[in-house]
Amino acid sequence: MSVTFHIPTALRAFTDGKREVTAEGSTVGEALSNFAASYPDIRPHLYEDGGELRSFINVFLGDTNVKNLDGLSTPLRGGEVITLVPAIAGGAS
Amino acid sequence: MSPITDDRLEDLSNDEISRYSRHLLLPEVGIDGQRRLKAARVLIVGTGGLGSPIALYLAAAGVGTIGVADFDFVEASNLQRQIIHGTRDIDRPKTASARDRIKGINPGANVVVHNTRLDRENALDIFKDYDVVTDGTDNYQTRYLINDACVMLGIPNVYGSIYQFEGQASVFNAKGGPCYRCLYPAPPPPGLVPSCAEGGVLGVLPGIIGTIQACETIKIIIGGAGILAGRLLLFDAWEMKFRELRIDRDPNCPICGQNPTIHELVDYERFCGISLDSGEKPIDTITASELKMRMDRGDPLQIIDIREPHEQAIARFPGAKYIPLGQMARRAEEFDPRIDAVFLCKIGQRSIFAIRALRGTGYEGRLLNLKDGVNAWATEVDKSLPRY
Repeated sequence: MSVTFHIPTALRAFTDGKREVTAEGSTVGEALSNFAASYPDIRPHLYEDGGELRSFINVFLGDTNVKNLDGLSTPLRGGEVITLVPAIAGGAS
Repeated sequence: MSPITDDRLEDLSNDEISRYSRHLLLPEVGIDGQRRLKAARVLIVGTGGLGSPIALYLAAAGVGTIGVADFDFVEASNLQRQIIHGTRDIDRPKTASARDRIKGINPGANVVVHNTRLDRENALDIFKDYDVVTDGTDNYQTRYLINDACVMLGIPNVYGSIYQFEGQASVFNAKGGPCYRCLYPAPPPPGLVPSCAEGGVLGVLPGIIGTIQACETIKIIIGGAGILAGRLLLFDAWEMKFRELRIDRDPNCPICGQNPTIHELVDYERFCGISLDSGEKPIDTITASELKMRMDRGDPLQIIDIREPHEQAIARFPGAKYIPLGQMARRAEEFDPRIDAVFLCKIGQRSIFAIRALRGTGYEGRLLNLKDGVNAWATEVDKSLPRY
């Protein structure tokens, strides 16, 4: 199943500037892992050393946070859009 | 429901009725809403890109008491987006020029200046006198501090943040919605997400996001429906697209959840990993003058510029090889471990991450970080180069 990842600006330096990247996977976690395998420089930004997803990144399947579904085990049908929403802090300086 | 109780309301003068007539003509605002704005006390944390439009619009709207908290001074590079400050304000405290502009727009506004860095010692004491707090800061530690203090005091936190062309806005801790920690339980490790000072920001972007924050603040005060609680607004200025995502309160949130574990303000530097000893091998640095000496001596060096091409075009570094930060791990084989490698970026922050990325591949050669980056080279060695 192929899905499209929407890459936020803060992470685009690690996807050769691409705004959208496709990856295969039958679950959100599998697709994310395959995506990270294609762009190894993004790995430390997405995962903790222990392999859990970093908590400053929220993963939305369509408009729904996967926290409200089955997390990274949420199944995919194919064709979905997954948006990564990281915490950004800019504002004053 | 408005957080401004009826006992605080005062009548509007005839001058005020004239000044605010366009508000009074809106049934949603009316005399009652305008009196609530007059009685309201809003704290604006950060008088930079976001704080500028927030302060200007809240002053114009007739918010009675506007607190401005900042400890910074106006610099030339602020003026591309921080529209509350002007050229003649350079080197003045930001709170001073903000107060002057607010008073210039609306002499009736009571401006309270907090010319201090917010921390766990002073935050609750400052916040307790306000009805609403707006977050226009530029770092994670202050964002968590603002969130926690607002949750503890039951104050709505009107949030905005920006990076390059993208912005986020929401209202936390209001109408039963989530707080910032529900959405982001922990910050990224230091250095992982570049700051606007390194990554840049479109000047008008904080104007849009800050104006949204001002709008939400006004609606909270007058008790308007449809505030941005439980919703995260994403804005992409380059594509000119808005998107809204639902965000829920986390029952396990350590501060606003069912069994909170945070009962007082914490050490936010430590929480954000800034004062923590990460256990990682320290990174060797080289100053611009030392690097110049070694280059003049003809020492073999691998000088690596990790900046993107558009950034190199602002200030080129002589004799550097270009390997962008995002390609470091996969281009590790291009390095010669027998020769010292010097990494450089604008201010010597992202280059640290490049060194860590290369180390992560198992590379064992000596890696040096150019302290304070190309800007230090422009100050110490080649004064013809611009600082940016």
